[in-house]
Amino acid sequence: MKNLGSIFAAYLIGWGVFFLFYLSIAKRTSDLRAEVERLKGLVAKGK
Amino acid sequence: MVKRIILGFVAVAFVIAAAYASFFIAPTERTMGDIQRIFYFHVGSAWAGMDVFFVCFIANLLYVWRRDPQYDSLGVSCAEVGLVLTTVVLITGPIWAKPVWGIWWTWDARLTSTFVLWLLYVSYLLLRSLIEEADRRALLSALFGIFAFIDVPLVFFSIRWWRTQHPSPVIMGGSGSGLDPTMNKVFFFNVLAMHIFAAFLVVERYALDRTRHEVELLQREAEAA
Repeated sequence: MKNLGSIFAAYLIGWGVFFLFYLSIAKRTSDLRAEVERLKGLVAKGK
Repeated sequence: MVKRIILGFVAVAFVIAAAYASFFIAPTERTMGDIQRIFYFHVGSAWAGMDVFFVCFIANLLYVWRRDPQYDSLGVSCAEVGLVLTTVVLITGPIWAKPVWGIWWTWDARLTSTFVLWLLYVSYLLLRSLIEEADRRALLSALFGIFAFIDVPLVFFSIRWWRTQHPSPVIMGGSGSGLDPTMNKVFFFNVLAMHIFAAFLVVERYALDRTRHEVELLQREAEAA
């Protein structure tokens, strides 16, 4: 296969971008879920 | 949650099958050789990106009309996913162009309008990060999103309206265009796979924004308590 390096680079970088984006969503979701639990605790204490 | 996990597995299965088809089922293109295999991933991502921006545009219109925060969540989710897909398009395009054209980039109508599209949605997300008040942020970004979408048809028609360095359309390009039947099947399978994958990312990003909304409500409740 000619230009195999370029083909693999395109797929590898492309899927790398998607993977990093998915990881950022997962990280932000996990942080927000922790914040939801903390705030629920605060609200329950206040009542 | 279970539905989201199933969608994730389906999306990953489809993109793996699509990559396999691009490498091992699609025949080698006569003029360009194997480097043409990037086309399936590149155009699949571009097509999915355009459709995601279209959903963003509809969500923005609906937000302006109904002022329902769910449309704001859908709008920002689609804008972010569309931006990621366009980023992949702008990366894979030059990797294909270098061996074929001998240059990484040229400021022709298709490449420039795609880069402007990328800048517009970066601006959309920057605008959101600068406004703290939720309703104002949602309205202004929806109005900006409606304006930004104007560039999407320009990107689509650029290779039809102007003579460009970018190849002429092979799909919906009129007489003389088209693909080998096997390439055509592989191409549309890739387009389908990228749409399923894009839908998965939008669903995940939408769930994140609904959680953010929940945090904002709880913060108000905690302040009042």
